Amino acid sequence: MADINKLAQMFKELDDQLVGCMRCGMCQAVCPVFAQSGRETDVTRGKLALLDGLASEMLTDPEGVNEKLNRCLLCGTCQSNCPSGVSVMDIFLKARAIMTGYFGLSPVKKAIFRGMLKNPKLFNMLTDMGSLFQGLFTKKVDDMLGSSCARFNAPVIGDRHFNTLSSKPLHKTFPEMDSAPGKSGLKVAFYVGCVIDKIFPHVGEAILDVLKYHGVGVYMPKGQACCGIPALSSGDTETFDTLVDLNMERFKDGEFDYLVTGCATCTSTIKELWPRMYTGNPALKGDINVLEQKTMDISQFLVDILKITPQEITGGKSVTYHDPCHLKNSLGVTAQPRTVIKAAGCDFKEMAEAGTCCGCGGSFNIAHYDMSKKIGGRKADNIMASGAQIAATSCPACMLQITDMLSQKEASMECKHVIELYADTLRGK
Amino acid sequence: MTKDAIVKEFEAIVGGENVMTSETDRHAYSYDAAVLDSVMPALVVRPETSEALGAATKLCNDNGLPLTVRGAGTNLSGGTIPHPGGVVVLTNGLNRILEINEEDMYAVVEPGVVTAQFAAEVAKRGLFYPPDPGSQTVSTLGGNVAENAGGLRGLKYGVTKDYVMGMEFWDVNGQLVKTGSRTVKCVTGYNLAGLMVASEGTLSVFDKITLKLIPPAQAAKSMMAIFPSMKAASETVAAIIANKIVPATLEMMDNFTIRTVENFRGAGLPVEAAALLLIEVDGHPAQVEDEAAMVEKICKANGATELKVAKDAAERDAVWQARRDALPALAKLKPTCVLEDATVPRSKIPAMIEALEDISKKLDLTIGTFGHAGDGNLHPTILTDKRDKQEWERVEKGIDMIFEKALAMGGTLSGEHGIGLAKSKYLEQETTRATLEYAHRMKSVLDPKGILNPGKIIGFRK
Repeated sequence: MADINKLAQMFKELDDQLVGCMRCGMCQAVCPVFAQSGRETDVTRGKLALLDGLASEMLTDPEGVNEKLNRCLLCGTCQSNCPSGVSVMDIFLKARAIMTGYFGLSPVKKAIFRGMLKNPKLFNMLTDMGSLFQGLFTKKVDDMLGSSCARFNAPVIGDRHFNTLSSKPLHKTFPEMDSAPGKSGLKVAFYVGCVIDKIFPHVGEAILDVLKYHGVGVYMPKGQACCGIPALSSGDTETFDTLVDLNMERFKDGEFDYLVTGCATCTSTIKELWPRMYTGNPALKGDINVLEQKTMDISQFLVDILKITPQEITGGKSVTYHDPCHLKNSLGVTAQPRTVIKAAGCDFKEMAEAGTCCGCGGSFNIAHYDMSKKIGGRKADNIMASGAQIAATSCPACMLQITDMLSQKEASMECKHVIELYADTLRGK
Repeated sequence: MTKDAIVKEFEAIVGGENVMTSETDRHAYSYDAAVLDSVMPALVVRPETSEALGAATKLCNDNGLPLTVRGAGTNLSGGTIPHPGGVVVLTNGLNRILEINEEDMYAVVEPGVVTAQFAAEVAKRGLFYPPDPGSQTVSTLGGNVAENAGGLRGLKYGVTKDYVMGMEFWDVNGQLVKTGSRTVKCVTGYNLAGLMVASEGTLSVFDKITLKLIPPAQAAKSMMAIFPSMKAASETVAAIIANKIVPATLEMMDNFTIRTVENFRGAGLPVEAAALLLIEVDGHPAQVEDEAAMVEKICKANGATELKVAKDAAERDAVWQARRDALPALAKLKPTCVLEDATVPRSKIPAMIEALEDISKKLDLTIGTFGHAGDGNLHPTILTDKRDKQEWERVEKGIDMIFEKALAMGGTLSGEHGIGLAKSKYLEQETTRATLEYAHRMKSVLDPKGILNPGKIIGFRK
């Protein structure tokens, strides 16, 4: 472990970014964690002050700072509302990398990131096996939501209501694909993402069906790796770089006009973080930038490129929409998913606070489940108050969280990806 | 008592989870929004009931611990920077709206209620709470009273002090003092609530606050007038008031601010304009029509080259978005942003604008000026980088010069940000030696151990 002065030196490199925070405190108005706790260390201004304190060697407790730093969903709401335009996400991710360099990666994370994520084949094999045996440990709680809970007292799972691993992940049904453009004259690469592949393969299938319907060719290489956000948000830049390398390797041979995903988090990671946070092979930078330009969320592709438009309400089902942070705050995509819902002929009902975080935040949910549950509970209340029959969103991670929250509140309503609604309509359901 | 023993006592009062002693927690309460050095408190406590607030106050006094009350910590004059070794008492756990009385048009709140949330609740009942400080989405009502916060509507609707009808507060002995009432008229006893407004936590710890509410205006009209010089714009401000029209809002922006806002938002502001006035009149629809027409006439007579009247809600929003963008747009230009609130009589605005331009040239400083021209409350905003020592010295000199000028024109040190630590050194200059001594004598009786936010406003007794 390096000494604390060394750590301070590393944080001084963030000085030019840290100094931009004028401590106005306006982040208090939008931070979902602060809204629950009212603690200054839980809001961005406080965290930036702590990092500044470390850099200026005013603080002697890096472990304490690290603990506070991790109490953040990385939802980016503060950044998109910051009067001074502080690059909060940049600072936090770099700070986490510095902290991980200093404290080392925990053995569990090391096993997950370096042992499993870095090796997509092994990852697939392990989750395939997991899906066979999970029934022994879990039981169904809500058929409509498809949620389960632990059969026995399990420390990591707690009282969560979760979606289990699919018995047939997308990579089993469609190991790879390379189809020619149809009537649209367009071809897209499909980046699947771990959660869609392993937990919600039907979302992936919906995307493929929709693309086929619109005559869009699909390039889906096998062996796609994780986008890297779990590793990066834990400060493991080494694994992040490797995952970017692996994915760039997979997609480099395809010819396509756009790269689409059904995951808000993957989209924003590819668009925002691959170009900015990748520290690997400098020769790859150009290719990463080209890919970033082509990358978009599936709803954005349908509305902005294929120009689908709202239809008359046909299905009779009423739907509300939760804005995933990574679409709203990072990429400013809010109108298109709503258009897709309307294009599916659904009766759209706006919920209160649609743009506030659901409280998932990836590993935040694991480390701070109580806080995650409080934030998510409020989301579930807003969803239920909207009067809609279905809660839709554009991020599979949000789907997991919303499913857990709705299931625990016995809301008896479904949580779906917007693309499923659209695909269902095309399929005549 | 040892520190451990004191911590245990606080834990007994507010609960273990509401006493923060770690280095990181204490560091997070060592600053506010003022550009001043931070000071670490010894501990931070967060009472969730009135009784706990009172008991915590008494415990501080019994042990001679300096006590700084903190709401959202947004204040711009260092009023919530703690005293070394002191205790920060957070009020954001006391955030209940206890009553909104529609019949008698008042509300009773705890000090930690967030201003904008309160205003929204009031609006839901068809009533209006006008004070709208720039930080209202996070600032607390207790903090607003302690700083006598203002806002864009100060000209017509007044500031926080005009809405405080009554209060309950804790004295240093942990006894609850009640003052004012739920009635519009009340002359029972000393006007202690009036004394507490703008006292910045130096005289008591606020508990419940009773606030006046009013009916909202039925109609409003917003417009943007473009001027070839700041002089013409500021003379227009004086002329509007002289014609007995009191707009709800009358805001000004200089060319530097206009260009910065335009770069930031690209909303189509006239970047060539030397000055802009953003004006809103409100009231009865007929009166609004009349006044808008008169304002238009006065603007033109005073040299406005163009006048745009908002036709609908969207255009009205665009006018106010431009004003709301002023600070964030300026703040993005440089790392450090010193937002001052020197205030002069309205007739002196042209002279003050000229003085600011002089100071900016003389000291080679970037100053963007915008603000509440209608009430003489300007926000000269100095853009700098505090790490540049040489420039920072010039900034400090510039601040001195700004206040000197404002005072020479019969103005005041602070329109709405408070005195805090930042401006206590100028206080005698605006008032008199006797004023300061009177204040010290009063404080020494109400707070004999000097625990309540030491050093703020009146400094330390020399």
